[in-house]
Amino acid sequence: MTSATLRHAGWILRGNPLTAVAATGVFLFVLVAIFGPWIVPYDPIASDVPQALMPPNAAHWAGTDQLGRDVFSRLLVAARLDLAIAVSAVGISFAIGAVIGAVCGYAGGRLDRIVGRFVDVLMAFPLFVLAMAMVAALGNRVENIVVATAIINLPFYIRFARAEVNVRRNVGWVEAARACGDSHISVVLRFLLPNVLPAMAVQVSLNLGWAILNAAGLSFIGLGVKPPTPEWGIMVADGARFISTGKWWLVAFPGLALMLSVLCFNLLGDGMRDILDPRMRT
Amino acid sequence: MTRSLLEVEDLHVTFSTRRGLVEAVRGVTLSLGEGEMLGLVGESGSGKSVTGFAITGLLDVAGRITAGNIRFRGQDISRIGGSDFRSLHGAAMAMIFQNPRAALNPIRAIGEQIADAILAHKRLSRHEARDEALQLLRAVQIRDPEQRMSAYPHELSGGMCQRVMIAMAISCHPALLIADEPTTGLDVTTQKVVMDLLTRIAAERGMATMLITHDLGLAARYCRRIVVMEQGRLVEEAEPMALFRAPRHAYTRRLVAASPTATSRIADLVTEEERGRYVEAKIAPRPQPQPGTPPLLEVQKLAKRFDQGSPAVADFSMMINAGESVGLVGESGSGKSTTSRMICRLIDPSEGEIVFEGQSIGHIPARDFHRSPFRKDIQIVFQDPNDSLNPRFTAFDCIAHPLLRLGRMRAGDALRRRVEECAQRVGLGADLLPRFPHQLSGGQKARVGIARAIACRPRLLVLDEPTAALDVSVQAVVLQLLDTLRREDDLAFLFVSHDLNVVRMMCDRTIVLRNGRIVEQGESRALFDDPQTDYTRELVDAVPHISTGLVEAAT
Repeated sequence: MTSATLRHAGWILRGNPLTAVAATGVFLFVLVAIFGPWIVPYDPIASDVPQALMPPNAAHWAGTDQLGRDVFSRLLVAARLDLAIAVSAVGISFAIGAVIGAVCGYAGGRLDRIVGRFVDVLMAFPLFVLAMAMVAALGNRVENIVVATAIINLPFYIRFARAEVNVRRNVGWVEAARACGDSHISVVLRFLLPNVLPAMAVQVSLNLGWAILNAAGLSFIGLGVKPPTPEWGIMVADGARFISTGKWWLVAFPGLALMLSVLCFNLLGDGMRDILDPRMRT
Repeated sequence: MTRSLLEVEDLHVTFSTRRGLVEAVRGVTLSLGEGEMLGLVGESGSGKSVTGFAITGLLDVAGRITAGNIRFRGQDISRIGGSDFRSLHGAAMAMIFQNPRAALNPIRAIGEQIADAILAHKRLSRHEARDEALQLLRAVQIRDPEQRMSAYPHELSGGMCQRVMIAMAISCHPALLIADEPTTGLDVTTQKVVMDLLTRIAAERGMATMLITHDLGLAARYCRRIVVMEQGRLVEEAEPMALFRAPRHAYTRRLVAASPTATSRIADLVTEEERGRYVEAKIAPRPQPQPGTPPLLEVQKLAKRFDQGSPAVADFSMMINAGESVGLVGESGSGKSTTSRMICRLIDPSEGEIVFEGQSIGHIPARDFHRSPFRKDIQIVFQDPNDSLNPRFTAFDCIAHPLLRLGRMRAGDALRRRVEECAQRVGLGADLLPRFPHQLSGGQKARVGIARAIACRPRLLVLDEPTAALDVSVQAVVLQLLDTLRREDDLAFLFVSHDLNVVRMMCDRTIVLRNGRIVEQGESRALFDDPQTDYTRELVDAVPHISTGLVEAAT
């Protein structure tokens, strides 16, 4: 990272204010995820039945749920769990997928073909159904949501890293590294991967939004996170029972939180693609 | 004097970029008579291509003509808009580009593409257009034109594709053809065929041609008049002979000196003031090898087969003595890169022996060669300086890399001193070391590549077209540098190149390769002055230069 890179990023952001907005949004979500439990106005778990099902008002900005819990507080606290699931799942699939993909892209041959078919098989399943099956089989726990989300993301990273490394395997500086005494493994890990990482960061950002949605989706259908814990997917699922009686805030606010987080990560990913696109540089 | 077809007067073209406005062309005035062939010569960034684009109205959206005018048949075309220009394109003026393959549509048969060009300007039926396309393929001398009509660009060689481009360009009988580096990237023999064809067609049809090129020799061979551009300005306009005998402008003098010809020596390539260090190095006597010492490198019956099919290299035997420079020339596909990489132990030979300093190294798999003690003795300089440096390494990291890996050095003061010493030997300022490749010029990148290769004091340096991507003036300096390093370190060179003039200067002996087999080898000067085989003779003849003029000038 040099000052030139920062200047370049600054130039892109000026020409692309949406990315700046998205970056700010992601930053806010991260802040909330870290400090959420300390800044909430009410205890997110303690029920207060007399206050149940209050519409949004000055005391409860996002209203209260059927047990009188403050929806706004629950939203803030839930951010940590949702982001943690998404970040760790994407982190795992990124780390494993990038290495597998890079090795396949560089080595080619039989290994590449075998891994390629395995990826094809994995992608032939409807991914959400696959995640559901895995969580159901492995046990209804948060860690298993992370594992399932990581596995269904893996093919994208393997393919991406494979393609990016494959086009670079014959460039001069790879041969130069070999002539300078690097082994094949060292070329992949120390030369090719670092050059592929910026492009993959785009994929990571786009993927994070999707992983949040995936985790929320699993909770919504009752897999993974269990009810008293505040989590956006569960909150939507819980609130859905009251929507026919006009208690819209129970569903709308967690839904909004989900939508905004996914939107911010996706817009940031698009913006990063512009920042990292070499054709945008001079 | 023929009637004037094109008049460019005080042309200024400005590009708006992130760093503000950049003036690419600053006041170019030139004229072109009907049927005339004009050479527009300059190095990269001189604005020669931009001038061509401005004339054809094909400037990039960021570029604008800010002053001056372009008159074509007396009509000012510098301010007219898109649709008016489109009627001019093809019918009145046409353009052909470098890299013809990229300019052709890869999923459409070439016959169809030529017919499309015809139909854009003429009211004809599809059938008639196809007939005309066939005539054009005959005119550009494509063999079996009936069959080639349905061929796709990837089925044709580069030279063939350029002929197709020429066919499209002349399809509507333009009065002016602008050829932007039409033969760059083609082999010399193909270049000669394509240029001869272009010249003949232009003469037959009375078409004026503007040949935009970086190659003075090429322009001199085919044009009656040459204009030289530097940094957006026109610095000199003359007939080729006059230009070579008595260049008036300092830049032209440098350019003429830097362009290698059949008779030039390395010392001649740069002007007096740039020479300095080179002369000193040259005076130092070269140690003669003791008689009876084994050669540094001996290669026997080397062969490489990829998958099935005919071998890329077969029955290749050679030897190099310590401190000797051997050239390996051949056209694309001759197997010279494959051979150099086998010798460099980056790929495995299918059969044959490679013996380095009396030890057989051919049997060590390329996969494990990085652990061999000989790895640091055999190094390589790559063709394209742009893609031979890791974009995430600074110049310092690049040069330090082999020292850390092969030289067993640790990060620290000793390493820094050694890197700075290497950088200084190749004429790279210490202030450039923290820069990343994209912050360096082509010549600077080439220097980093050379510094990296010599960092571990190799005995044999394989140079794979080390100057092919550089401007001639930069090439001149890099060639001198390489020659100096060779003399100072008693390095042996295996110099791979398609540029015969460069090989003749740089190498004691030369090997001519064709289709993976050695055609001829011998002492460089003898080989080029008196080729023994038809193929070598053909190669030598195809090299464009105006040697006669230079010989006269020298005497």
